[in-house]
Amino acid sequence: MAVASSRKYSILRRPTVATGWAGWLVTVDHKRIGILYGVTSVLFFLLGGLEAITLRLQLSHPDNALVSPDVFSQLFTMHALTMIFLAIMPLSVAFFNIIIPLQIGARDVAFPRLNALSYWVYLFGGLLLNAGWFFGRAPGAGWFAYSPLTSTAFDVAGGMDFYVLGLLVLGTSSMAGAFNFLVTIINMRAPGMTLMRMPVFTWMTLITSFLLVTAMPVITVALIELGFDRFVGTNFFNPSLGGDPVLWQHLFWVFGHPEVYILILPAMGIVSEILPTFSKKPLFGYPFIVLSGVFIGFMGWTVWSHHMFTVGLGPVANATFAVTTILIAVPTGVKIFNWLGTLWGGSIEFNTTMLFALGFVILFIIGGLSGVTHAAVPADAQQQDTYYIVAHLHYVLFGGSIFGLFAGIYYWFPKVTGRLMNEKLGKLNFWLLFIGMNLTFAPMHWVGLDGMPRRIYTYDSNMGWDFWNLFATVGSWVILLGVLVFLHNIVKSYRKGEPSASDPWDGRTLEWAIPSPPPEYNFAQIPTVTGRDAFWSEKYIENEDGVPIPVKKPSKTNTKGAGEIHMPGLSYFPFVTALGMAIGFFGVLIHISVMVVGLVIMLFGIYGWAFEPADPEPESGSH
Amino acid sequence: MLHNLTRIRPILVLLVPLLLATGCFPSHPQSTFEAAGPVAESQLQLFYIIFWAAVFVFVVVNGAFIYTFIRYRRRANETQLPKQTHGHTVLEIAWTIAPMIILAIIAVPTITTIFYTADPPPGQTLELKVTAHQWWWEFEYPGLGISTANELHVPVGTAVDVTLESKDVIHSFWIPKLAGKMDLVPGHSNKMWFQADRSGEFYGLCAEFCGTAHAQMRFMVHAESPDDFDAWVNSIKAKPADMTGLAAKGKDVFVNKGFDGILQGETVKAQRCAFCHTVEGLAIRGAVGPVLTHVGGRATIGAGIIDNNTDNLKSWLVDPDKMKPGVGMPVLDIPDDDLNALVAYLEALK
Repeated sequence: MAVASSRKYSILRRPTVATGWAGWLVTVDHKRIGILYGVTSVLFFLLGGLEAITLRLQLSHPDNALVSPDVFSQLFTMHALTMIFLAIMPLSVAFFNIIIPLQIGARDVAFPRLNALSYWVYLFGGLLLNAGWFFGRAPGAGWFAYSPLTSTAFDVAGGMDFYVLGLLVLGTSSMAGAFNFLVTIINMRAPGMTLMRMPVFTWMTLITSFLLVTAMPVITVALIELGFDRFVGTNFFNPSLGGDPVLWQHLFWVFGHPEVYILILPAMGIVSEILPTFSKKPLFGYPFIVLSGVFIGFMGWTVWSHHMFTVGLGPVANATFAVTTILIAVPTGVKIFNWLGTLWGGSIEFNTTMLFALGFVILFIIGGLSGVTHAAVPADAQQQDTYYIVAHLHYVLFGGSIFGLFAGIYYWFPKVTGRLMNEKLGKLNFWLLFIGMNLTFAPMHWVGLDGMPRRIYTYDSNMGWDFWNLFATVGSWVILLGVLVFLHNIVKSYRKGEPSASDPWDGRTLEWAIPSPPPEYNFAQIPTVTGRDAFWSEKYIENEDGVPIPVKKPSKTNTKGAGEIHMPGLSYFPFVTALGMAIGFFGVLIHISVMVVGLVIMLFGIYGWAFEPADPEPESGSH
Repeated sequence: MLHNLTRIRPILVLLVPLLLATGCFPSHPQSTFEAAGPVAESQLQLFYIIFWAAVFVFVVVNGAFIYTFIRYRRRANETQLPKQTHGHTVLEIAWTIAPMIILAIIAVPTITTIFYTADPPPGQTLELKVTAHQWWWEFEYPGLGISTANELHVPVGTAVDVTLESKDVIHSFWIPKLAGKMDLVPGHSNKMWFQADRSGEFYGLCAEFCGTAHAQMRFMVHAESPDDFDAWVNSIKAKPADMTGLAAKGKDVFVNKGFDGILQGETVKAQRCAFCHTVEGLAIRGAVGPVLTHVGGRATIGAGIIDNNTDNLKSWLVDPDKMKPGVGMPVLDIPDDDLNALVAYLEALK
């Protein structure tokens, strides 16, 4: 056959070796890609954390001169961008990758190579965003990048170039990943797993993916316009030539508010898995938790202007957005009350995982309540752009998202590695973070209302903010200590943690039905789902009082060997395509020839992707 | 709600000494809790309503969680698993409706206050036009035909009807004790109002990040009795006194002498003060830097960042970028005798 014979001379081969560091470059296994996402996002989390520690040191006392004003603005800009786009979002994606196929009883995601591409584009995008540091001009106009401060007239150093290009690249990664999980969740559920039988984490992933594929194009449009303004000389946002800086704000926050729910919904999903497991009860009000998540996702599109209450949109617009914003408290409350209902009457085990999940609930309530105070426009006029907002957003993103994601790490670590994390270190980790985050961010409520604006690198002693700023700086070191304990725990437990059974927590969902770590093909036989809590209902039946009684099941024997299960082949091309794309974007800043080189590499990657053989060639190719 | 106020009072009783001990209750220059006018007052009242509602919810909900943690903690001797409850429709409806009622109660004063703070009350108002620059404030009183920079004077008891514009990037106009902030957006003209109900000095600042010297873009509001305000207006309208001695030399330097220097790393040549700054009555009018017509009478220099005295003026003229990194004024090589003359001139501009 012509095709077969031409293969011998083709450069397009499937890699055959999946071990060693090269194995990570060519992997398309959702679990390994998930680990890549997880490790990379934790490294970026550390980078963002060091930026925050530096910011806090600069503010520890008045008239400090640790960093210059321009370095300070680069630090707060990059801290936000790093934590949002390079730490929290990809750490959530790490969980999507590792857990979703396991929870829905699938052997991989719908598009394994696209999944690998998402990771590599994320990595290169993150490096591109940070490349400004090496040129002495990281982005410094704030993560919200309000025009015209981002124009070449005011951003003389040119740091916003890295912002535009880095976020464009990262957006591609998010879009590809989100489409992948949409298709995976909609099409690849095990037989019997109807939508209303899906685990809540899967549900929240589905909603988050919908938000991503709808929100990312908005910021992409805004970034392309900003890029044109900067690189080509258009005037989308230039007020002196008829452009409008408020247009940027609308585009940014139409993306930016759904983004907030992109950051929090996965954590809510994780917590909704953990609370039932460790209180030995099913999730209370499952349909209400799911529908409130859908409602939050939908309402996320109707509130963007509450970031713009002081822009001067007028009292009618402000009143409208105040009401929509206040309304969001309702579905959020429904979730919280249902979590309470889950715990109520349960048998609550306070291990590290559960402590983080409960810490999430307590801290998120505080962040939610301070959020209601900004919904009231006139009160917000005093709070906007002060440390009160900084306090609020960290209760939601640190107390909320980060605590939820840490809970997820402690919960699923045994599934991924086959080892349990150390409980003693885990509890120390939790209490240091819990106390540290409150020491750092609680006083910011006060200094904010005491008139301390955000994004100032210095302040006068006569303002009366000295004590609480020093206090918050001390708190930030307690957080740092907690993070170091976490890292120690991860490394120690990975190396010589106690081996974990396949189902260490008496879990409820399908990921606990398979060995830890799971084999490459996940499920030897695709399970058939008969209800919610698919795995739990295999282990227990309820008696007439609703009390679960363990059922003795014949231990399943693997009738099918792993060799017979066809898994997607390894591939070089996601990495090649992503590398070409990153070089091409970086070339915008260097020279057109670099752009061309990048484009050629990317096109080669796409070509190889399209035409590489479906499987590795047999060792002796005698066709 | 009152019932719950009494329930948390013991906590407050404990909290207040703690706050006092740590020094946060004394009067602070930018505290939003010390409202001195109707706009800030209405904003503070709204905040208190929501704050106490939030405290109520916080205590009830987190209390319920902590009670649940304690009551339903796993005990060592547990033998059977808990009853598997799946949901309760009546409860779901109840805890959907209950927050809606609290939120509706919050929404009503929110909306009325939005409209109250949107426009000044009918009657006599003072018109003020604020133009923001990187990183200073231009204040113009269109009805009075005067303008000044970085120091605002307003009469007590009169609503000030403010128009806000920007010359470069987005800034935000904020006087914490008098009114919440409103942005100044290039290409847009925003409106707000405020009123001082007692005389005094109130700190103002830019609240929107606007570049390098954002932290040092401040101003001072002097709220005065109507008589004092009129006197100030007349002093601004008056021509500066004739200069004599050193000040007269300073005036000549200000207008005629060029100095070389450095502006943000670039060399600049032959810069004259009057190219950038306006002093009424001179033949030349600069429009880049703050108007200096009555700079000698101001309490601060550098946009509210430092006291206006001889030493600080001198330091400022020698190296403005050191006092205010990023500032648009070049670091000029000014010989000592010219420097002393300039300081004398600026101080004489009362």
